[in-house]
Amino acid sequence: MRLRLSPIVWLLAATGIAACSRHPAVGVLRWGGDAEGGAPFVEADPADPSRVRGFDVEIAGQIAQGLGRRAQFVQVAWESIEASVERGDFALGMSGVEDRPELRARHSVSIPYYEFREVLAVRPADSARFADLDALAGHRVATLGETQAYRILVAAQAKAGVIPVSYDDDVHPYADLVAGRVDAVLLDNIIAQRSLARQGGFVIEPRAVATGHYVAVLARGNAALRDSVNGVLRARMADGSLEKMFRAWQVWDSTEAPFFRRELAAAPGSEVATAATTRSVSSYLPSLLRAAAITLVLSLLAMMLAVLAGGALAAGRVYGGVIVRTACTVYVEVVRGTPVLLQLFVLYYGLSSVIRLPAFAAAVLGLGLNYAAYESEIYRGALQAVARAQLEAARTLGLSEFQIFRLVRAPQALRLALAPMTNDFVSLLKDSSLVSVITVVELTKQTAIYATNVGSWVVPGLLCALVYLAFSLPLARVARHLERRWSIVG
Amino acid sequence: MNALDIRELQVRRGARRVLDGVSLSVAPGEICALMGVSGAGKSTVLRAVAALEPIAGGTIDLGTVALRPGPVPPESRLRDLRRHVGIVFQSPALFEHMTAMQNVMLGPVHALGWPQDRAAAVARDLLDTLGVLARAEAYPRQLSGGEAQRVAIARALAPNPSLLLMDEPTSALDPARRTALGESLRALAANGRALLVATHDLDFATAVAHRRVLLENSRVVAE
Repeated sequence: MRLRLSPIVWLLAATGIAACSRHPAVGVLRWGGDAEGGAPFVEADPADPSRVRGFDVEIAGQIAQGLGRRAQFVQVAWESIEASVERGDFALGMSGVEDRPELRARHSVSIPYYEFREVLAVRPADSARFADLDALAGHRVATLGETQAYRILVAAQAKAGVIPVSYDDDVHPYADLVAGRVDAVLLDNIIAQRSLARQGGFVIEPRAVATGHYVAVLARGNAALRDSVNGVLRARMADGSLEKMFRAWQVWDSTEAPFFRRELAAAPGSEVATAATTRSVSSYLPSLLRAAAITLVLSLLAMMLAVLAGGALAAGRVYGGVIVRTACTVYVEVVRGTPVLLQLFVLYYGLSSVIRLPAFAAAVLGLGLNYAAYESEIYRGALQAVARAQLEAARTLGLSEFQIFRLVRAPQALRLALAPMTNDFVSLLKDSSLVSVITVVELTKQTAIYATNVGSWVVPGLLCALVYLAFSLPLARVARHLERRWSIVG
Repeated sequence: MNALDIRELQVRRGARRVLDGVSLSVAPGEICALMGVSGAGKSTVLRAVAALEPIAGGTIDLGTVALRPGPVPPESRLRDLRRHVGIVFQSPALFEHMTAMQNVMLGPVHALGWPQDRAAAVARDLLDTLGVLARAEAYPRQLSGGEAQRVAIARALAPNPSLLLMDEPTSALDPARRTALGESLRALAANGRALLVATHDLDFATAVAHRRVLLENSRVVAE
């Protein structure tokens, strides 16, 4: 569920959606959800992948029917549902959207239509000792980023010393639990049950850590539609259609009936927005600074690896025999020809049965080895650009090939390579945001978490941009200074 | 025994014969001017002697070292040659990231394993003799053409080679410097060094060289 889309894809999709939504068809209720989330929420229908199915799909259908309209699905990344509904891409956002005070402070929110439980999944052998979060002090507990479960884990980190591990999807936390990379997973009972049925290898602790509710989210100014939606939801709760539908999707259990009774007993209008509980900017600064430090250290280590490995690859291509040259060329072409995201996945998940790398080490290796291919091409070009006369002059002095490389060729090539190397380091600094897919919470991921919590990208985005600029601008200055100095003396 | 004996030297570039049976010799203490118009093959003779160019035929004997037809031997087999033969290119080819002093010290320190002090003393002496000691800490781009040429000569002389090859050494020099260079070369020869100087500067060759060899159409046509 909720696999992250790249910002560009998101932007293109959102642009297209916005263009379409300027002239919504009469009698159509556009609703947004994330089909990557999968069953039982929203998934592509195996019988007709152009259609979606799931209990959220059916609820949207029932709401549309109740309003006398036809439901029309709009695909949107899960973490972008709130932003998209507010900018009018669709009227109703659903897809396992979790109820929380911040959501109600910023948007119109329907009454809850399902009560879920946050449950712990652990390996069978740990079932007795990891029954609750307190027992997991000092242990790694995985969850999906930007969710209620993640916020529970962050709170438990401060209180009980639990180590939260954030994922961008809900499949790999369970895979890593079985593989031993994490010691527990905290997620919605629906997701836990689905993963247990799909892959097994773990048990679900019976005691819930917390409960939560799924709701539909609407634009802040769309209170009228929200009230109509609530009316339909209450009617469907009362006439048993929601229960029947949840039973069909096998997510109805003993907790739902009392929850429905409570909702029906509550007076309409109780869902009025509560006061904003947004935390102040300063309270997020420590975690942003910590993430910034992770980004910087990760980028520096990866760049060091890229420079060393890139140098070796370039030397192999310039000086090596046929076999070495071919091997280096193949490496460079394969690595440059495949996405770094794919390489990170292969390194972290694909090789986990052979070598189980810690996430940070996998991130350094993944980025470093990827950038090594690009660095090697820069160095190769720079080495070959050193004038032949310089090499011949060194040769006539009696220097060995290695001495010529070390004392004459490499220092001159370095001057030529400096500008593109600086560019690459700045690129690497920004590409380091990709490693959140293998659970490393770096600056961009932390900013996304922060933005979700405060419901705006303005302040978190500015802070994040400032930190990246604070890293990259001095570097560019140093590079320019060195280039100027070397152009005078060299 | 000659410091350099070239017999029937042939060098080819593809199908073209750049040198076609060149023979000449230089004795210790002798300055031999290799003359000819541009493109006559003067630089190629020097490059072949310095083992920078593969030879297609003939022989080059340098006392203890001999070059035979075939590809350029690996550097590991040219140590003796490098120790005894210095070359000054037409373009000075100074190492751009090093000062004049560092350029001159590089060979003695790293190829011959001299201590820094000894190499520095020799470098200072040479730069002083050639009139560029004041520019010892300057980088190549900060030197005039003549200064760079003299630093390149100092660099070639620093390992104390018994045979010095020079390619158009006067091309970047004014008349006064040219005269001074001629005197320096004479002094080097007086110390027993052999010098093979490729030049098309007839006045310089007449004033400085003990012997002149004329190269034309890839062959020696007159001595």
